[in-house]
Formats: sequence, structure tokens, C-alpha cells
Amino acid sequence: PIGAGGGGCPAGGNDFQWCFSQVKGAIDEDVAEADIISTVEFNYSGDLLATGDKGGRVVIFQREQENKSRPHSRGEYNVYSTFQSHEPEFDYLKSLEIEEKINKIRWLPQQNAAHFLLSTNDKTIKLWKISERDKRAEGYNLKDEDGRLRDPFRITALRVPILKPMDLMVEASPRRIFANAHTYHINSISVNSDHETYLSADDLRINLWHLEITDRSFNIVDIKPANMEELTEVITAAEFHPHQCNVFVYSSSKGTIRLCDMRSSALCDRHSKFFEEPEDPSSRSFFSEIISSISDVKFSHSGRYMMSRDYLSVKVWDLNMESRPLETHQVHEYLRSKLCSLYENDCIFDKFECCWNGSDSAIMTGSYNNFFRMFDRDTRRDVTLEASRESSKPRASLKPRKVCTGGKRKKDEISVDSLDFNKKILHTAWHPADSVIAVAATNNLYIFQDKIN
Amino acid sequence: MLSKGLKRKREEEEEKESLAVDALWLDPGHAAVAQAPPTAASSSLFDLSVIKLHHSLQQSEPDLRHLVLVVNTLRRIQASMAPAAALPPVPSPPAAPSMADNLLASSDAALSASMASLLEDLSHIEGLSQAPQPLADEGPPGRSIGGVAPSLGALDLLGPATGCLLDDGLEGLFEDIDTSMYDNELWAPASEGLKPGPEDGPGKEEAPELDEAELDYLMDVLVGTQALERPPGPGR
Repeated sequence: PIGAGGGGCPAGGNDFQWCFSQVKGAIDEDVAEADIISTVEFNYSGDLLATGDKGGRVVIFQREQENKSRPHSRGEYNVYSTFQSHEPEFDYLKSLEIEEKINKIRWLPQQNAAHFLLSTNDKTIKLWKISERDKRAEGYNLKDEDGRLRDPFRITALRVPILKPMDLMVEASPRRIFANAHTYHINSISVNSDHETYLSADDLRINLWHLEITDRSFNIVDIKPANMEELTEVITAAEFHPHQCNVFVYSSSKGTIRLCDMRSSALCDRHSKFFEEPEDPSSRSFFSEIISSISDVKFSHSGRYMMSRDYLSVKVWDLNMESRPLETHQVHEYLRSKLCSLYENDCIFDKFECCWNGSDSAIMTGSYNNFFRMFDRDTRRDVTLEASRESSKPRASLKPRKVCTGGKRKKDEISVDSLDFNKKILHTAWHPADSVIAVAATNNLYIFQDKIN
Repeated sequence: MLSKGLKRKREEEEEKESLAVDALWLDPGHAAVAQAPPTAASSSLFDLSVIKLHHSLQQSEPDLRHLVLVVNTLRRIQASMAPAAALPPVPSPPAAPSMADNLLASSDAALSASMASLLEDLSHIEGLSQAPQPLADEGPPGRSIGGVAPSLGALDLLGPATGCLLDDGLEGLFEDIDTSMYDNELWAPASEGLKPGPEDGPGKEEAPELDEAELDYLMDVLVGTQALERPPGPGR
């Protein structure tokens, strides 16, 4: 297994040098709960970058075209559309408030001029259409320029309305609402490679939907025990295989990943493959199960591998080998001796996500103190970087960070006890092709680019 | 880098957590806990876990993952503290642990009882909210899940709701009530126009036109009926 590395070596393949590009979001110290970013996702081309927040809003950024007259704004992301995706709801039967927080956003592949994405809160998934309007029709026959209806008897001649250019307007409209299929909290959505169906997963069930049909969904996984008192395990994440439309995986709070084939039976309670790394007896503790709980699972772009994130590490699995992972990367092993405190303040339950780069040669995940980690699978090097306002000068290179675990603290190192556990990087995204990454740090979105590019 | 100096508009709870982190790192007693003899450490961990569990149970909709992980951890701690006793499945009380620890036994019983009742409640509530679903949890694979909003549950009582848990117990209540008003086709459960929410997606049926007087009258009936038959809530 690849051990925890220090700083100093750029990672991300081919000696990339990560530089600050942009930061979005308010600067002031008073952070409103609603502004906390809860999900980040690039679309298939990478031209659009969507964020969802706790207030139920979605903000989409669009990458500017490369412009010769402004070479320094190469590929900058600017706001394209903002809309309220989910509102707080009240479930009258259970007397419960349903949070409007956006748990996940997933883009659909682009099929025409409009863009489509799925956004979900704890209970309801919505399909949004984002379309541009840059022309408007003028010269209607039945209504005048103000929109008022004209008296038909006064119309003496007919004319053909002409299209005139107008300022670009980006409109977001909800096209489908997929509701009432989840009793428990939705943690994942995943669009199928057939581009017609998608899955949604909550703590105990996974449902399959057709994008056109909102009043029906098929339950494909159900791990709810007959007797709720026997409940010991929940579903934590699920994803469709990128190419095989009948295959999906789901992870559990016990550190297991099950791969299911929808062709084998309608209800996929029996897995086709079962991935679990046997527990290391020497590191067993009361917290073994909690830290083994998988918070995210992602297939590689190739579909040959998948990656799982648990509390202290990221594991890369070969789909053909169920007994143990291919690679294990330590994210912040120095926290192992602090598990008791992290249990006390509930940080041990934080759910970190992970992501692959476009070529599957590198992986990235977040940590505390606004640190995030990158692992280069080819060179076996890793690096710790920080998303902070201090290193936010345009095109400034990010300096590798190092956490001192004991003994004498060197200059520029930070000791474990000084880490800020309120500054957690749970959500990161990697551009599907280029060396551009988006890192969500509480209410700020940082965009970093590779200098060489 | 300590969070102490940062003031944020966050929930009180999270503030308390951040302060707790600081206190832990700075507390000289913290290291002592880790080095304490196993039983003392287990005991304090046990207490902490019980507190977490109760806190979780008090929430109107507990985070199931958090709950399950805390319960499992509690069981582990329990097992290590009373290795002679078989780990009892919830909700039965522990089978004569060798440790004469009354606090442990009583808190465990209370814990088991409260967890059992919560999980039972979760189970019942699910049944209620999915009232229009044909079979509760044992349907054939590939069964459809009804698209009726849970908030229509009360209205469902007026219409033909199959498999609704509240149906049977309330038949008696409706016996001497003039049912002609319930024949009103406007209250068909499938009418999506009644669903609360501002969205207007395609495929939604048009809400039937109601004039104000009719709507007022029907609302009065509804509120009156609800007051009659709403069962006592599960003590939230």
C-alpha cells in the first residue's frame, strides 16, 4: 500500500504545478448556513460547473472561451445561471421539515442546445433544463409590443414576426419532479450510460427511474430488515457503471461495496460481487466500523476500476478482484490516534467525497483545515494542498503543505493539534479532460488550474 | 488556525462542537483518557455513546447512518465491558452480566427500550407515509411505488385508499356522518393539482376548478374531520 507522503512533490501526473485561478463566494467571516456548498459537479464537457448549497440553490458557472485578446482569462469560470432548486418543505403527516439542502447534482449528457441536470435533496429529485435565449420575436399580429392583446377587428394587415437579437438570458426550468419514492434520506443519484434511466439511493433502498416517468420507480435494492430493531447497516453511496448499463455498485456503513447486475434479477438484493478488505487485527478499535464506513464510491472513467473513500483512506479497487483493494492511499493517517476526540465532536462521521482525473491517473479527496490531497497513481507521489484566501493571488502556485505528527515541528509545517476541524473539504471535482479542479471550502468555491496548461 | 477566534453564523450545536474540539486539544486530561486503563476509557466512551444515541433519538428524523454506527459502536463497547455475557439483541435486557454495574444494566435497558421504540416508530411511520402503496415492504420485485404525496394522507381518507393503515380504525367514526360529500369527484387522490409545491412540471393534471365558497366549505369539513380522527402523534 502507498503510505502517507509529505509535501514537496507535485502530483497529478507529469509534474503539474497547481495554481490558484479563481474563488467564488463571500469573503467575510460570518458564513450563513444556507451558503455552505454541499455538492460540486462538472458536466461531461467540463464547460459547465454546478454547485448546490444548503439553501437549496444551484449556481452554474460557464467556462469562458479562450480569447486571444485576453490571454490571462484563459478558461475562467463565470456565473451562467442561478436558481432555487429546492425549497424547504413540511411533511404534514410526520410533522417533519424536509431540508432544502442539495445533496447531489448530476449532469445529463448534452443532446441538444439545452443542458439538463438532476438535483436532489433528502426526498425529491428534480430534472432541470437550462436553456439560452438570445433572440426574441417582434411584430406579433395578435398582441402589441407590450403584450396586450390587440383588438382583432383593428387588424387590417398580417405580418410575419421577425427575430431580433436580445441580451443573452439563461433560463432554468424544472422539467420533471421525482417525488415520494424515498422514505429515508437520499444520498446518491447516478445517471445510467443508457441516458434514459437513473438510480437514486437512500439509507436503505435504491430506486431505478426512467427520466420521462415521474409517477413510477422500480425498487432494485432493499436492505431494510423485516424488523427495524435488527438494522445494523445502511447504504452510503451508489453509482452506475460508466459503460455497462446493467451494472451498478453501492457501498455500506460497514465498509463493503456490492456490485450488482440488473440482468440477474429484478430485485438486486443478491450481489454479483462483494468487495471488502479484511480488517487489520492490529489496528482494531471501538471505532473500526465507523472509520471503515464508506462515504463515497466512484467508478474510474475507464470502468475498469472503482475508488472508495472511508474516513482515513482512499482505496482503488480492480473490479476483478474482490478480496482486497489494488491501492490504498492514506489521506490523514495522523488522525488515527485522535479518533476518540473526533468521535466526541462527531467529525468522525464526516462524509468526504473523492474524484478521478480525466485519464484515471490521479485521484483527489479532501481533508481538514481546508487541505485536500492528490495522489498520482503512476508516479506514486502525493501532495497536500490548501484552499485558502492567503494563497489566492492570481496564478500563484500552491505550496505543498505538511502536517507534523510529532517531534520537532519544522517551519511551514502545521501540527495536528492546530488543525481547524471546522474547515473541511468534503466536495471536490476534477474537470473531465483538463487539469482544472474545483474545491468547495465551506461557502467558497476554489478553482485551481495547472500552470503548464 | 484554531476555530476559537472565528465567529460564524452557524447553528449553536456546531459552535458547541467546535469549542469542544478546542477544549479537547487543549485539555491536559484528554491525553490521560487515552492512557487510562481500558475499563475507565470504555466506561467514558460508553457514556458518551449513550449521550450521542439519546441525542440522535431526540431528533424528529434521526440520521440513520449516524444512529446505526453509534449503536454498533455501543454494542462493541458493551461487549468489551461484559465479555462473559452474550451480546443481547435489542430490545431484550442483557443476560446477567457478570459485572455488578447497575448503571450499566439500567441504562442499557432504557437504551434498548428507547432504540427499539424509535425503530418501531420509524417502521410505522414509513407505513403511514406510504399509505397508498399496495403492499408494505414485501411487494414483488419491480413493484411500482405510488406517486401520491404523503401530505395527501389526510385527503386519502376521503377517497378509496387501499392499504391505508388508518382506514380500518376509522370506519366506525364515519358511520353516522353524511358521506354524500365524500362522493365529490374533486377529491380523487390521483389529482396532482392538490400537491403542495410551486413546481409545474409537464404531465401534471390540471387542478379541478373550485369556487371559493365550495373550497371554504370543504376545508371546514376537512379540518373538522382531521380533528376527529387524527391519532396521537408518536410523542415528538
